[in-house]
Amino acid sequence: MTPVLAVRDATKRFGAVVGLDGVAIEVFSGEVLALLGDNGAGKSTLIKCLSGALQLDRGVVEMDGRPVAIHSPADAHRLGIETVYQDLALFDNLRPSDNFYAGREKATPRWLPPSLRVLRRHEMADTARRTLDRLQVTLDDHGAVGLLSGGQRQAVAVARAAAFASRVVILDEPTAALGVRESRRVLDLILRLREEQRAVIVVSHAMDHVMEVADRAVVMRRGRKVGEVVPSAETYHEMVALIVGGGA
Amino acid sequence: MTDVAGSVEHPESRLPTTSHPAHNRLLQGALVALRAGPALILLILVVVVSLTTPVFFTSRNIGNVFSQTAVIAVLALGQLLVIVSRGIDLSVGATVALSGVVGATVYTHVHSTALVVLAILGTGLAVGLANGLVYVLGRVPHPFIVTLASLSIVRGLALWVASGTLIPGMPGPIDTLGGSTIGWLPYSFFVVVGLSLVALFGTTYLVWGRWLYAVGGNPDAARRIGIPVGRVLVTVYALSGLAAGVGGLLTAGLIDAGSPTSGDLAELDSIAAVIIGGAAFAGGRGNVGNALVGAFTIGVIRNALNLHNVNAFYQLMAIGAILLLAVEADVLRGYVESRVRLARAMRHG
Repeated sequence: MTPVLAVRDATKRFGAVVGLDGVAIEVFSGEVLALLGDNGAGKSTLIKCLSGALQLDRGVVEMDGRPVAIHSPADAHRLGIETVYQDLALFDNLRPSDNFYAGREKATPRWLPPSLRVLRRHEMADTARRTLDRLQVTLDDHGAVGLLSGGQRQAVAVARAAAFASRVVILDEPTAALGVRESRRVLDLILRLREEQRAVIVVSHAMDHVMEVADRAVVMRRGRKVGEVVPSAETYHEMVALIVGGGA
Repeated sequence: MTDVAGSVEHPESRLPTTSHPAHNRLLQGALVALRAGPALILLILVVVVSLTTPVFFTSRNIGNVFSQTAVIAVLALGQLLVIVSRGIDLSVGATVALSGVVGATVYTHVHSTALVVLAILGTGLAVGLANGLVYVLGRVPHPFIVTLASLSIVRGLALWVASGTLIPGMPGPIDTLGGSTIGWLPYSFFVVVGLSLVALFGTTYLVWGRWLYAVGGNPDAARRIGIPVGRVLVTVYALSGLAAGVGGLLTAGLIDAGSPTSGDLAELDSIAAVIIGGAAFAGGRGNVGNALVGAFTIGVIRNALNLHNVNAFYQLMAIGAILLLAVEADVLRGYVESRVRLARAMRHG
């Protein structure tokens, strides 16, 4: 089986600091891959390179076995890769459907410059609502996102990514700011993305959440990949040891 | 913020009141009331003034209110766009003066209405465009300084062009637009209505309008998501300048001259109008209705106090007081919104 997304020999330097040092990962459709590692291990650098926020100095990114170039967020979007950062990048003053389409509004007529096109508001609202329904995200109301609870906001951000990510959804610490029940909803949402055959990459420090939803975990340390584990209660100590480093 | 609202363990969430359904309805009700607040205040104001001052609700006086408020309303429409984008435009009053003076100067050379109108509106647009370009390309951290500088430069230019005095004379049609009425309704009223409809269309139906709110709501996210933030901001200031040009056109028509001292402190009126009308000074929230409600609240207060022969400094104090009230209402609104989030986090995470 060909992985949806494969990275080989990923290397990224920031001056003298090595962000990534020859990292290789692959993720398959219908799979949740956890990226583990302590702060500064290179997880964020890796996902930023995959989402187009940073560019690799060296290395190959392949989708469905074919090499692709990700030079900008727009490239990543075009390839069907969407990333939900920790700050969610939501517009609190806009409704969920407006958030879904912010920066990629459906509008006509095509011959006008993009900013002067008329919004297809109903079409966008309908599509957004269908996506939320499909992912079983229930919202108290469809007013401004700023009025939603933390879990609902996270759900809107994940659903937005899912709506546009035909292939890969990348989640950066999706449960870090959430309470127990709110985390539950987001984990359920991740499992639904897997059911829909998306490839999901989750960066997380929450080991219990990783054990629950991840099929595989890649552990990074100091910019290198130091191990790959199937997360479970049995492998918990192995994972922790890999994260903190042998003997440390 | 997520960290507060999202955390079930947050101490505030243990407050028993937040999960009570009646309390939730109360919170929702409070939000609706706060949203409708400015319009209600204007309505109450009109009713009270009508009851206490018989002359107020005569067609002639209402025409006066419209006429006196037209320039503030036009400037407020431009200021609204700026404030929604998280900015401020202090130069609009000075731009009213400069555009009028430039128009009057053109008129002393060529007796062409079209050219004079073009000169007036073009001056406004040029000042706004310059504001926007300096702010964005100069990477200035906040537009306050940029537009404060242009307030000074533009007012100075107006005084220089006019050699410090009035330049009399405006083409007939401009005089009509600025000073005449159809029945009891001033022409300027229709200018306000027209511009409001254009602004309403632009902010609610165009992609540009959606980008404007996105930029005001979360500029970093807007940039990351691929919205051309810089271009949106430049157009916002250009449009505010253009609105100031329209204000200059109406003012010049009203006084049949270009006056280098006209529009003095009008920038503060326009900012006050937008905030009194219920837009958020922090940006991201506010609509055409807010700008109009605020402008007419100021207009009605001025008119009512004039009718009662109340000294002008009481007008200043009254408008200041209502401005504070509006800002406090916005603070209260922020508080109620945080309670709503908390209640929602409590109910089902």
